[in-house]
Amino acid sequence: MNSTPQTEFWRGVRDTFPLIVGAIPFGIIFGTLSESGGLSLWGALAFSAVVFAGSAQFIALGMVSTGAAWPVIVLTTFVVNLRHFLYSTTLLQQVRHLPQRWRIPLAFWLTDETFAVAVRHYAEPSPIIHKHWYYLGSALIMYFNWQLCTMIGIFFGRVLPGLEEWGLDFAMSATFIGIVVPYLKNRPMIAAAIVASGLGLALHGLPNKLGLMIAGLAGVATGFFLEKRLASNRMTEVGEAQ
Amino acid sequence: MNEFLLVGGMFLVTFLVRYLPFGLAGSLQIPEPLERALRFVPVAVLMAIVAPAVLIPQGDSVQFSWQNPHLLGAFAAFLAGWWKNNLLLTIVVGMAAFFISRLLIGRF
Repeated sequence: MNSTPQTEFWRGVRDTFPLIVGAIPFGIIFGTLSESGGLSLWGALAFSAVVFAGSAQFIALGMVSTGAAWPVIVLTTFVVNLRHFLYSTTLLQQVRHLPQRWRIPLAFWLTDETFAVAVRHYAEPSPIIHKHWYYLGSALIMYFNWQLCTMIGIFFGRVLPGLEEWGLDFAMSATFIGIVVPYLKNRPMIAAAIVASGLGLALHGLPNKLGLMIAGLAGVATGFFLEKRLASNRMTEVGEAQ
Repeated sequence: MNEFLLVGGMFLVTFLVRYLPFGLAGSLQIPEPLERALRFVPVAVLMAIVAPAVLIPQGDSVQFSWQNPHLLGAFAAFLAGWWKNNLLLTIVVGMAAFFISRLLIGRF
């Protein structure tokens, strides 16, 4: 099949669709909570349109409602979003050939979901030439959906009080599990998942979601070193057999 | 609360962490071992988010019990993911299991 910018764009949209299903409830709850959390209507819309970072928006909203000062909230947002630095570094090789007018918007629209589908698409052996259109398709549908869900949530939050207690936040967990499972095919990946989960739990009490970052990095290190050790074991086995 | 400063500041730090590696992509060469380590990023980061969300749903104590709908939903999502490698199915099965067990258990 010949890929054109157009076919790539729509493939990106299509492959992101399942992740949209998980993001819809999440966006709606954000909108719902925004008023009781103490944001103005415009503040809530600006959070989604300008910051565009799901979990950071929730955490910031929680802090607004407790009356935290804005510099503290900004600093927390920075820590919570540090994982995007890892995502962006992972995709760095794939965007290197693009001009800044592409890199800037692609960076702005980088999310957990778009990263997950894009990284998989870039790993396919097909030529890279139009793959940024795939990324763009995924990013735009995520963005459009997030704005729409925020507005729906703001509206329903006023009509249906208590919507936030329905447990819709579980949608995020289900989505992330769906992303992770296909990766769990070898021991280093499984070990990375176990270590990250365990430390994520153990360090949950650390302030500003610092535990998330430490657990993530520890998981990456575990996978990396285990893979290296397994590879060198195989080398010795081959060496002894000869 | 100055919302303008808040949104502006949040935008700036969020965009910077997303953009810095992309912006420097032209001059930055990733060493091969780092590249291999980065392949573990999605699994490690997402599990570090999911584990506390599922096992500490109220944000206070670990609830490793069948009466925790988050845990049952996550378990069902994992099983569905292993059974059929279909993202939409995994999410739908996970959410269905969560809502059904939540209804049956009648708490959280």
